[in-house]
Amino acid sequence: MTVSMVKALNDGLRKALTDDPQVLLMGEDIGRLGGVFRVTDGLRKDFGELRVVDTPLGEAGIVGAAIGLAMRGYRPVCEIQFDGFVYPAVNQIITQLAKLRHRSAGRISLPVVIRIPYGGGIGSIEHHSESPETYFAHTAGLKVVTCATPNDAFHMIQQAVAEDDPVVFLEPKRHYWTKGEVAPATEVPLEQAVIRRAGTDVTLIAYGPTVPVALEAADIAAEEGRSVEVVDLRSLSPWDVTTVRASVHRTGRAVVAHEAAFSHGFGAEVAARLQDEEFHFLEAPVVRVTGYDTPYPPSRLESDWLPGVDRILNAIDRSLSY
Amino acid sequence: MANAVQDPLSEASLADPPIQLLDPSGKLSTDARLPLDLATVDLPALYRDMALVRRLDTEAIALQRQGELGLWPSLRGQEAAQVGAAYALYDRDMVFPTYREHGVAWCRGLDPVSLLGLFRGTTLGGWDPYAHHFNLYTLVIGAQTLHAVGYGMGLYRDGSTGSGDPDRDTAVLAFLGDGALSEGETNEAFIWAAAQNLPVVFFCQNNQWAISAPYSVQSRIPAAQRAAGYGFPGIRVDGNDVLACLAATRQALDQARSGGGPTLIEAVTYRVNAHTTADDATRYRAAEETEDWTARDPLERLRAHLETTGAVTDEYFTDLEQRERDLAERLRAGCRGLADPDASSPFEHTYAQMPADLRQQLREHLEFVSTGPQDGEQK
Repeated sequence: MTVSMVKALNDGLRKALTDDPQVLLMGEDIGRLGGVFRVTDGLRKDFGELRVVDTPLGEAGIVGAAIGLAMRGYRPVCEIQFDGFVYPAVNQIITQLAKLRHRSAGRISLPVVIRIPYGGGIGSIEHHSESPETYFAHTAGLKVVTCATPNDAFHMIQQAVAEDDPVVFLEPKRHYWTKGEVAPATEVPLEQAVIRRAGTDVTLIAYGPTVPVALEAADIAAEEGRSVEVVDLRSLSPWDVTTVRASVHRTGRAVVAHEAAFSHGFGAEVAARLQDEEFHFLEAPVVRVTGYDTPYPPSRLESDWLPGVDRILNAIDRSLSY
Repeated sequence: MANAVQDPLSEASLADPPIQLLDPSGKLSTDARLPLDLATVDLPALYRDMALVRRLDTEAIALQRQGELGLWPSLRGQEAAQVGAAYALYDRDMVFPTYREHGVAWCRGLDPVSLLGLFRGTTLGGWDPYAHHFNLYTLVIGAQTLHAVGYGMGLYRDGSTGSGDPDRDTAVLAFLGDGALSEGETNEAFIWAAAQNLPVVFFCQNNQWAISAPYSVQSRIPAAQRAAGYGFPGIRVDGNDVLACLAATRQALDQARSGGGPTLIEAVTYRVNAHTTADDATRYRAAEETEDWTARDPLERLRAHLETTGAVTDEYFTDLEQRERDLAERLRAGCRGLADPDASSPFEHTYAQMPADLRQQLREHLEFVSTGPQDGEQK
């Protein structure tokens, strides 16, 4: 079945609600309106307002209340309307949600999913285009995942709901309306990276919104006789070092692409691990293609600011120049 | 949730009807709680500004439809609340708006074209917040309430509140919506303002809807009643009555300037259009409700008053129509003339002094931008 990422998420959430009566959804405008991106469209009508909850306008409340619900045996799936609006909830996420298992010596389990539309490229106003993944990936106790295809959206959201640990589920809103095939079942675990395109010259590591951009760059590189292997990380915490290492072991070169800023970004983690564990096999330094170390710019500047196809191709050139 | 949902115009709201000085038919009345000396009010000017602000809003929506703006949050229906509140300000008073206070911006004397850049994507701000004592729009709900508190703390430390000097005492006017009442930061702002008796007036435009959430999702009581719990006065006015909004804000600002502390004003109004041009209000509210509120239009009642009392001539309306056309033209031309920012601007304004490492990123970025698209591909 070919559907958009929004529809795939909607189907995945519908299945989660159907399969487990303890699952419930909470967020601003998710019920009556069906969410500002329509990800929860029609779910309130079918599952009722006790399971698809229109919350007051307070993000700390959404996550804080989800913790209490989880302690009472529910599996809340929270929606934060936009990436840049998550910060009032960050206190609850970092000081409570991430730490209660540890604090309670394993007695408290918080199967909470926090869905966040993230990333730029949609011509929007401030706070609607951010990439906050490393704030969460740097916090022990949270799992952080991001889907890049409708198929992954459908399966990963259900896997996230089934997790017994809190999961920050990042949805690349730029690709919400991109369509793709959705298979009825998956064999791929939530935390496993996937090779989207096989190649031999360089490993191009991407996740979420940069995966389609990486694939486009790989296509163009192929026309120029360069064989690029594209790895979709899917999970940032924990992340699948094994798959990435195996790829780089073969190619000897790695480029990492993400929209979040350069310094202290996820690419730094990838580069550090690769130099540590594949040092003898690397033919070139790990190259990062990222957003710049500035706040997200006005939308008129975003297409040049974001790591697009040309910047990725330049990075591939740089890697291959060694 | 399910058992707490009430209609916005429920029993609780009706138990505390908003104060009104000008009814929907255009008739004046008085209220002992809210005295207003009409000799101090320029009614034709109030109407003119409301009409121009509405035209500004209408034109911005049209520009969005034409693809000139990415988005526009309409203020339609809230002209009286905004113009009324703005008319109570002194120039030196500081305003902390949300992202919908185009009417206040207009009255503060901002070039209306400067309001468009943020929604066109050419800037994240668009004006000098100090030039008109009007802060940049804050898009994150409720965040600005605490900025108003801090500014008020500064005024107190400067001796610019409660000094008794009418040329010195200053207040802060913070705007918020009904949705912001649910954010923790708004609660903190109320607590700080109360505990320190700060010169801050919180002006809540209760327009009944936070995107798709009716007021009942945020509160079981009128917003103004919350103030009592924090220990400062709350007053509830008809937000479509420009005189009540002006009188309440004037009274509250006077009190704040004189050292009397904060007030929460709830202006009961209605967001006639969808949340923004990206929203579809038909998905969550009945057309009848919107029609009902449209019948209480804030402009119509003042126009009716001006016409029945003969306060203005036909020339006044002819002149106003011309001003509206001029404004629309100015906005259209100004919008299209807004230049894209320099590629270097995000780098230049991230720190007071650009760190060496960022300077290197800027060099690489400018080099990349100057080479242009390669092989006809997008960058």
